[in-house]
Amino acid sequence: MRLGKSLIAGTAIALVTGGTAVAEELTIATVNNSDMIIMQKLSPQWEEATGHKLNWVVLEENVLRQRVTTDIATKGGSFDIVTIGAYEAPIWGKQGWLNGLEDLGDAYDYADIFEPVRNGLSADGTLYAVPFYAESSFTFYRTDLFEKAGLEKPTEQITYDQFADMVAKLHDPDNGVYGTCQRGKAGWGENMAFVGPMVNAFGGRWFDMEWNPTIDSPEWKAAITYYVDLMNNYGPPGASSNGHNENRALFADGKCATWVDATSAAGYIFNPNESSVADKTDFFQAPKQVTDKGTGWFWAWALAVPSSSTKVDAAKEFLAWATSKEYVTLVGETEGWVAAPPGTRKSTYENTAYIEAAPFAKTVETSILAANPADPTKDPVPYTGIQFVAIPEFQGIGNYVGQQIAAALAGQQTVDQALANSQNFAVREMTKAGYIK
Amino acid sequence: MARAVTASRKALTTAIAGALAFLMFFPILWIVVLSLKTEVDAIRAPWQVLTSGWTFESYGAVQERSDYFKHFWNSVIIAFGSTLLGLVIAVPAAWAMAFVPGKRTKDVLMWMLSTKMLPPVGVLVPIYLLFINIGLLDTRFGLVIVLMLINLPIIIWMLYTYFREIPGEILEAARMDGASLREEVLYVLTPMAIPGMASTVLLNVILAWNEAFWTLNLTASKAAPLTAFIASYSSPEGLFYAKLSAASVMAIAPILIMGWFSQKQLVRGLTFGAVK
Repeated sequence: MRLGKSLIAGTAIALVTGGTAVAEELTIATVNNSDMIIMQKLSPQWEEATGHKLNWVVLEENVLRQRVTTDIATKGGSFDIVTIGAYEAPIWGKQGWLNGLEDLGDAYDYADIFEPVRNGLSADGTLYAVPFYAESSFTFYRTDLFEKAGLEKPTEQITYDQFADMVAKLHDPDNGVYGTCQRGKAGWGENMAFVGPMVNAFGGRWFDMEWNPTIDSPEWKAAITYYVDLMNNYGPPGASSNGHNENRALFADGKCATWVDATSAAGYIFNPNESSVADKTDFFQAPKQVTDKGTGWFWAWALAVPSSSTKVDAAKEFLAWATSKEYVTLVGETEGWVAAPPGTRKSTYENTAYIEAAPFAKTVETSILAANPADPTKDPVPYTGIQFVAIPEFQGIGNYVGQQIAAALAGQQTVDQALANSQNFAVREMTKAGYIK
Repeated sequence: MARAVTASRKALTTAIAGALAFLMFFPILWIVVLSLKTEVDAIRAPWQVLTSGWTFESYGAVQERSDYFKHFWNSVIIAFGSTLLGLVIAVPAAWAMAFVPGKRTKDVLMWMLSTKMLPPVGVLVPIYLLFINIGLLDTRFGLVIVLMLINLPIIIWMLYTYFREIPGEILEAARMDGASLREEVLYVLTPMAIPGMASTVLLNVILAWNEAFWTLNLTASKAAPLTAFIASYSSPEGLFYAKLSAASVMAIAPILIMGWFSQKQLVRGLTFGAVK
């Protein structure tokens, strides 16, 4: 077994490394999540094979974004490899902050990467980051509670109205089970990751074709009213302070009957060592309403090489190893197949060992392939992105709108006030940025 | 004449003080409790957290993944280095302002204090560019300089306040006995201001130890202190509460222990000159 693992590791490295002559010391800035921890744990194998050395800088997502932005914008050169998301990759690529990654070697199977993932990390046809893992969103539900309530797993994509009926039947706070747990904590990557696709489902959009914000539209009002009512009636107390982590813990502890969130959380929910509902959970597509476009989000964590790095060749060598098919196999063989990086490569979903270990695999694949960031809404939009808008100004706007909606959820203001404030803020920001003349 | 205090009043005051002290210490206590739980237990309801099993596994995991001692030494060098360097500059400055004040001394003091009101992020890019150009990015020396400059107004203000409490006549007497300026500061002023200087050092070491804006923004891997060590366990996606708590305990423990042992000195210094 040990020999087998060593062989896989050796083969992986031999296949994807070009073998640069000079040993380099690379600094890699990354986020703290379980996939990255595994990468950090396995990377000594790559160091041993290539002679290069990796220095790890692990930071919280928002701190990392600020830190890396400062360094790249000032050409600091502190980092040779950075972990960035699907939001930053095209924006930073266009700015000239990242090196193109079309030349990772003959052994690197580009065609094996899912097309939506590749497109999401490209700008003007150039790939600027290679995916480490990718995710969409779907609905987790408790099979035992469904059975008790006489409900059946939907075979087709249901509407949010049907979802609310379902949740009402499952809500049982006296026995410590809430009908649904959804993100409420303010932030463009927190509550807006759930709210964005829901607004898309209700037929809303962030901007019209002239970049005018449309947050005060009837579609937004219908979506946010639905969200606030749903959470107030069937959500856990204090929902406005629950983000992904809090809901994940609540669901794993058996407190939630349903939860629409990242497909990447499935590996955790289905792990009996970490979740008390591992054998009682199943999933179906995230709901639609007036449209099914943009109802499941798309996100990827990817590795990129900043243009300020002076060790580009060695950095690309590492990228070619850490995002290769062979690396996925290495993780599967050493850490267990359920821990293999999901959502990036076709070959992962053709692997029977992975399919057997991860019952959610096919649904994740379907959700990711169905996500189309280039056409996310019912009405046409000038932007790409499902739960975000791929423009630099979105981070500020998304955070502000997230705060307004969280305040409405907490009962500090009405939905109308939240949307009016959000609209005013978005108009001001977009005018300042020159989108609105 | 001392006011008479009844036993019941004394007991009530003690109880309120004890409750307040517990309330203030509770977050640290809770971090310690969470650090001794598994990740699964750490996210349970508070009473379940307390009744579940205890383990040191998070400490082991943190030490295995991150080099604690490297971060610890960086913290020690940066915190003590910046404070001592600050002291070398602040003692003569505070002496001059306390014993030979000019017309503009008060304005200079206020101006120095006003620099503390500037949001650090406002000068991040200029300082970052300076650091790139002079090669100080991700170096301990660079952080020593920055933290010294940031804390210098506080050091000067504290020392100035202590020095003002020392009668000028004593220094005059030393001068009449033929002491040079250096001897006057070194052998007369400094020994008399030791309690004040000790509390200044302690307070500034604590401030520098806990500083998390510049230490995160101006370092990558080589000079990263314990603030970066804690930050590496914070995550919006994934459960790391127990490990984050263990990392926090490991980061605050040295300064907590130091504060514990020197609290008498700290309080004495902070109240120095309060009662004449």
